[in-house]
Amino acid sequence: MHKKTAFSFPDEVLEHVFSFIQSDKDRNSVSMVCKSWYEIERWCRRKVFVGNCYAVSPRMVIKRFPEIRSIELKGKPHFADFNLVPDGWGGYVFPWIVEMAGAVPWLEEIKLKRMVVTDESLELIAKSFKNFKALVLSSCEGFSTDGLAAIAASCKNLKELDLRDCDVDDLSGHLLSHFPDTYTSLVSLNISCLGSDEVSFSTLERLVCRCTNLRTLRLNRAVPLDKIANILRRAPQLVDFGTGTYAADLRPDSYSDLAGAFSSCKELRSLSGFWDVVPDYLPAIYPVCSKLTSLNLSYATIQSPELIKLVSHCPNLQRLLVLDYIEDSGLEVLASSCKNLQELRVFPSDPFGVEPNVSLTEQGLVAVSSGCPKLQSVLYFCRRMSNEALVTVAKNCPNFTRFRLCIIEPRTADYQTLEPLDVGFGAIVQYCKDLQRLSLSGLLTDRVFEYIGTYAKKLEMLSVAFAGDSDLGLHHVLSGCESLRKLEIRDCPFGDKALLANAAKLETMRSLWMSSCAVSFRACKLLGQKMPRLNVEVIDERGPPDSRPESCPVDKLYIYRTVAGSRFDMPPFVWTMEDDPSLQLS
Amino acid sequence: MANVLGTEHDLNFKETELCLGLPGGIGGGGNEVDSSPKTSGKRGFSETVDLKLNLQAKETGMDLNKNLDNGSKEKPVSAKDPTKPPAKVQVVGWPPVRSYRKNVMASNKTTGEESEKASSAAFVKVSMDGAPYLRKVDLKMYKSYQELSDALAKMFSSFTMGNYGSQGMIDFMNESKLMDLLNSSDYVPSYEDKDGDWMLVGDVPWQMFVDSCKRLRIMKGSEAIGLAPRAMEKCKSRA
Repeated sequence: MHKKTAFSFPDEVLEHVFSFIQSDKDRNSVSMVCKSWYEIERWCRRKVFVGNCYAVSPRMVIKRFPEIRSIELKGKPHFADFNLVPDGWGGYVFPWIVEMAGAVPWLEEIKLKRMVVTDESLELIAKSFKNFKALVLSSCEGFSTDGLAAIAASCKNLKELDLRDCDVDDLSGHLLSHFPDTYTSLVSLNISCLGSDEVSFSTLERLVCRCTNLRTLRLNRAVPLDKIANILRRAPQLVDFGTGTYAADLRPDSYSDLAGAFSSCKELRSLSGFWDVVPDYLPAIYPVCSKLTSLNLSYATIQSPELIKLVSHCPNLQRLLVLDYIEDSGLEVLASSCKNLQELRVFPSDPFGVEPNVSLTEQGLVAVSSGCPKLQSVLYFCRRMSNEALVTVAKNCPNFTRFRLCIIEPRTADYQTLEPLDVGFGAIVQYCKDLQRLSLSGLLTDRVFEYIGTYAKKLEMLSVAFAGDSDLGLHHVLSGCESLRKLEIRDCPFGDKALLANAAKLETMRSLWMSSCAVSFRACKLLGQKMPRLNVEVIDERGPPDSRPESCPVDKLYIYRTVAGSRFDMPPFVWTMEDDPSLQLS
Repeated sequence: MANVLGTEHDLNFKETELCLGLPGGIGGGGNEVDSSPKTSGKRGFSETVDLKLNLQAKETGMDLNKNLDNGSKEKPVSAKDPTKPPAKVQVVGWPPVRSYRKNVMASNKTTGEESEKASSAAFVKVSMDGAPYLRKVDLKMYKSYQELSDALAKMFSSFTMGNYGSQGMIDFMNESKLMDLLNSSDYVPSYEDKDGDWMLVGDVPWQMFVDSCKRLRIMKGSEAIGLAPRAMEKCKSRA
């Protein structure tokens, strides 16, 4: 038992106080005050976030926090989203589930991102956690509808089943029919990524009917438009709705049915889905537009005039995801209609086309930056950019927290001056003092990295592609960006020097990814030897790196800090560089 | 082309630890980097990346670099360059659009325009009986069954494809040849087509296969026997 002095509180009091402290950072600080606080805190921590599933072992986590109710894990590096991480690299959740199944039977919530989840894992979850409430799988793969069926069938208290952008094996197992008739606790269901899994509409309707707490429902493309009205009428309390395919033969009765159904949803604030849109059916959502805060039209292949009409009806929009069909003209209307806009994502309709297929340029971005004072987060794909535009955007939006610009053609210069875009991005980091996330593109020299190292003091995540001239660029970033946690680089001429000179920095970051750069195998080995708390993984499908000269560059390099040592689940094309205790610094 | 990476040969670690020299020594002003072999969509996987590379590398390191060099010579062409044709070579993972989105956009472009554009990818899952994890391949990266076979051989090193005819296609009309193939202990690739049927790979011309293949499964010949009759039926009905 803890020694009590005249000045300390009983444990129960401290525990009660700690229960008001939710943020991980604060909890970590609390645990460092003294040994007794560490002990009390660890027994009452309920949520754990592990940003890299290989940074720590499941056993270590559970040993320290035996009473968690919620765990969030992230697996593969972000560039896995773009097929840069070969399949089989890792990120398996099963060992975590096994460990928790035994030690944490009261686990309620599991959130996973970019992990490999098998049906076996899902079945184990379904069996092991009696009070399981929420499963959120984001960009995960490796499982089928069979595994999901086990969850549906067994988890009586399930509130949330959220599959975002997952790659699910559709075995047409009629997932929804596995929810028992007695099951009513569903609050959030997102099956939008299920492809061909045919939904039995009567099953869906009955599920929606009996789950009166349902707030979020995102259907998949297979659900036809003429079924939506019935579903909406059974769930007028919905806050977040994702349609299936938004196409049907035009019939006045089905149109008015749909419009009526939407009007009955007074709480609706977020809409998504909209695959295969038939524009004539769009006005059916007008009744809810004035209250909409979030609209995802990023799969809707509708043209600018329809988008303009739609957007003009949504004055309270905070978040818009849309294809570049919106064009500069549509973005200008957005800028004048949606003064509360905080987040904008414009995706390319034809990413591989050589010539632009739409009239979307830097002008649209400038217009939005000028008209929307609350704009904080931008993802913008376009085909041309200028320093002038970027400087304007930077000055208009000093509150940016996330700025991701993708100029589709690598190394595209300022279209007006033909200069690199260093100055433009430099302005972004200089004016946007709270910038946390930045993705670069276009023609960029080492200079842009000098700006970033100098000004981007709050930057946590940086993505770089086809940029820079030399190691100096990488050196600027590693030595200057104090808050940097994640750095991902592809196709840049960065080599050994900057990496080795800033080896210690890597321990302060979550991870570094470098592919198609100029880092030699020799440098990787050296880094691995000298830095025992880093895993230096060489990923190379050409064969063992020691079958080539040491000076040869490795194909892909993934470095991350860890207290768990080397992992054991590596496929044949991944090598971890060994520690060498005799070579350690200090 | 001077190989940027070759200048790393005389790397001196003491130098790197103590100070950072001027950028001059490393790659100069060139910002051309050898991309991974996969960037050259025009070449089959087997040409640039196969086990032969290992042997060459043992002889001279430069050979390997040359291979990479050749493989990546076809870089994404700037639209502004008047001398190059507008043909576009796809760089892996660029622009950074997720596969799901790519596939959805591709399926939206049913007709119209040049559907011959090497634009959309055709990612299909490949499973092999007994292998611990699935792989994904982009069928549009290959031009023939042979190229696909080589790529699969690389991925699943214990996999060897059976005897394919000169066209790379299975001769379905010759039952005995087919039975030989299926009775061997070699692995045989099968695929799920648009109709949801499992067929033997090689039954149709390559392009038709790319268009209709939804996923691949590599199974032992003896297990694939069950597929043969149906595949033959379908084949005959097409002829």
